Amino acid sequence: MIMKQLLVFVRKEWYHIWRDRRTLLILIGMPIIQIVLYGFALTNEVKNSNIAVLDAAQDASSIPLVQEIAASRYFHLLRYIHSPRDIEGVFRKGKIRMAIVIPRDFRNDLLHTNHAQVQLIADASDPNTANTLTNYAVAIINTYQSSLNVDQSLPYSIHTQLRMLYNPELKGAYNFVPGVMAMVLMLVCAMMTSISIVKEKEMGTMEVILVSPLKPFRIVIAKTIPYLLISFVNIVTILLLSVYALDVPIAGSLVLLVAESLLFTGLSLSIGILISNSTRSQQTAMFTSMMSLFLPTLIFSGFLFPVENMPVPLQVIANVVPAKWYFIIVKDVMIKGAGFEAVWKETLVLAGMMTVLLGISIRNFKIRLT
Amino acid sequence: MSETVISAKALTKRFAGFTAVDAISFDVRKGEIFGFLGANGAGKTTAMRMLCGLSLPSSGEARVAGYDVYRQTELIKRNIGYMSQKFSLYEDLTVKENIEFYGGIYRLSDARIREKIRELLEQLQLGDQANSLVRSLPLGWKQKLAFSIAIVHDPAIVFLDEPTGGVDPIMRKEFWGMIYAAADRGITVFVTTHYMDEAEYCHRVSIMVDGRIEALDDPGTLIRQHGAASMDEVFLQLARKATRKE
Repeated sequence: MIMKQLLVFVRKEWYHIWRDRRTLLILIGMPIIQIVLYGFALTNEVKNSNIAVLDAAQDASSIPLVQEIAASRYFHLLRYIHSPRDIEGVFRKGKIRMAIVIPRDFRNDLLHTNHAQVQLIADASDPNTANTLTNYAVAIINTYQSSLNVDQSLPYSIHTQLRMLYNPELKGAYNFVPGVMAMVLMLVCAMMTSISIVKEKEMGTMEVILVSPLKPFRIVIAKTIPYLLISFVNIVTILLLSVYALDVPIAGSLVLLVAESLLFTGLSLSIGILISNSTRSQQTAMFTSMMSLFLPTLIFSGFLFPVENMPVPLQVIANVVPAKWYFIIVKDVMIKGAGFEAVWKETLVLAGMMTVLLGISIRNFKIRLT
Repeated sequence: MSETVISAKALTKRFAGFTAVDAISFDVRKGEIFGFLGANGAGKTTAMRMLCGLSLPSSGEARVAGYDVYRQTELIKRNIGYMSQKFSLYEDLTVKENIEFYGGIYRLSDARIREKIRELLEQLQLGDQANSLVRSLPLGWKQKLAFSIAIVHDPAIVFLDEPTGGVDPIMRKEFWGMIYAAADRGITVFVTTHYMDEAEYCHRVSIMVDGRIEALDDPGTLIRQHGAASMDEVFLQLARKATRKE
C-alpha cells in the first residue's frame, strides 16, 4: 500500500519531467554536449599541429630525426624552410605552431663533441599549446637520442626520459571524463531536485500534499527517484561515449564505478533537498545550485586546476567539495584501474557527507513545511 | 443537535514573542458550513494549519474528526481534505491524472479511483476534457475541479482556504452550490473567505481579530447584534478594533 502511494507519486513526477520536453532534452543531452565540447573543442591535447623544419645539416643524423618527428601523430610537417629569415614569415601567417631548426654541424657535433643542439621555436601566443608541443618534441628527440646510444659504449648525450604515467599520450579525456561525470551528476541531481521541490512550494501544491497522509520523508524520496533514474542514464551515456568515442577505457571494475557514481548521485540529491529547504522560488533554487555547486565543482574537483597546486586555504576548502572526492575515485577506478581498497577512504568521506546532509535535509524538510 | 467534528478549547500558537492565535475556542458540527473570517494577519491561516495537523499548537486543546491535534495528526490527515488559496492542481497533468494522483495518495483503490473519475467528470460536465491538461481549463472550472479533488476521498471535513479568489461571481455561485452539495452529503466545510457576501452563505461564521475570536454566530444574528445592514459592516466594525499590523 505504501509502495503504491509512492509509485503514484513517482508517476506524477515522471509526467512533470516528460511533459517538459525541453528540460528533459537538456538533462539527457547535457552529458553528450559536455563530452563533445571537452573532448573535441576545449581539449588541450594536440594533434597534427603544423610545423616547419629548417634542416641546415641534411645529414645522416638529422634526416632520421626529422622523419621521427614528422611521423608522430602530434605533428604534421607542413614544409621545409631554407633560411632563418623565412621562419618568422611562416609564423606570422599562422601556418605553423612550431619550427625545428637543426644547425649545419649537427652530426659533426654529435659525433665529435657528443653534444648537439636542436632549436625548437614555438608560437607562445598560446602558451599551453606551445608548452605541450615542445614537450612532445623534446620527448621525441630524447627517444631518438636513446636509439642512437644503443650500440655506443660512450653515450652521445645525457639521456632524459619523459614518462607520462597513466596517460602516456597526454590525453585530455583522462582528466575531463571524470570531471564531466561529477559535474553532470551534481547538476542534474542537486539542481533539478531542488527546483522540482521548490516548484511545488511556489505552486501551492506542496501544502496540499503535506495535508495528505503522505509522509514528508516519502515525498522527498518520491521526488528524487526520477532524477536518480535520469542520472543513471547519464552515467551510462558518459561511460559509453568515453569508451567508444574518446577511447578512454574503463580500467577498473565497472560495478564499482557505477556503485560509486550512485553514491555520489545520492549525495547530490541530498544537497538538492537541502537547497530546496532554504529557498522559496525556483529561480533562487537554480542560482543557489549554480553558485554553490557548479563553480566549486568546476574549480575544486581537480578537473581543471590541480588541487595540490592551490594555496593551502583553498586546498582545505576543496575538501568539503564532494566532487573532489568523487573525481579522485573515478580517476582511480576508471583510469588507473584501482580497486575498492584504493578508494575506500574517499568512499567513506562521500558516504559520511551524504548521511549528514540527508539527515539535516529530511529533518529540515519536516520543520520548514509543517 | 448533531455530533461535533471540530472542537477547539483555548487553542494557542505562539511564535517567538508573538501570539498568532490567542486561546480560541469553538465547535463545528457535522455537515455544517463554518465560515472562518478575519483580516490578513488575524491568525486564520495559523489556526487552520493547527487544525490540519500541519503545525503543533503551543497550548490548548483541539480535536478534529475525533482525533487529537497533538498526537494523532496522521489520523487527522487521513480524514480531512484541503484546498489552498493557491491553485492546488498540477497544471501540466491532465484532469484524469490529477484525480488519479490525489486518489492515489489518499490510498483509494484502483477501482474506486476509476469510479471517482467517471463520477467527477460527469458532475463537472468535463467528460470530453478528461485527457486535456488542467492548464487549458478556464479558472472557474479549475477551481471546481480542485474542490472535487479535495473531497475525492470523502473526508469528514474539508478545509477551504479562500477557495474563490479571483473567480467571477457566476462561477462563485456555482462553486457554493458544490459546497452545499458536499455539506448535504455530511461533509463538514471549514472555509475562510474575503468575500462577505460569501460569509452570508455559511451556516455560522467566526470573526478573528488579532488572534482572538471576536464574534461567532449565524450571519443573521451577527448582523442584528451589531445593528448592521450586512456582514460586510459587521466585519468592518470588528476589524477596526485590530491593533496588530499585518
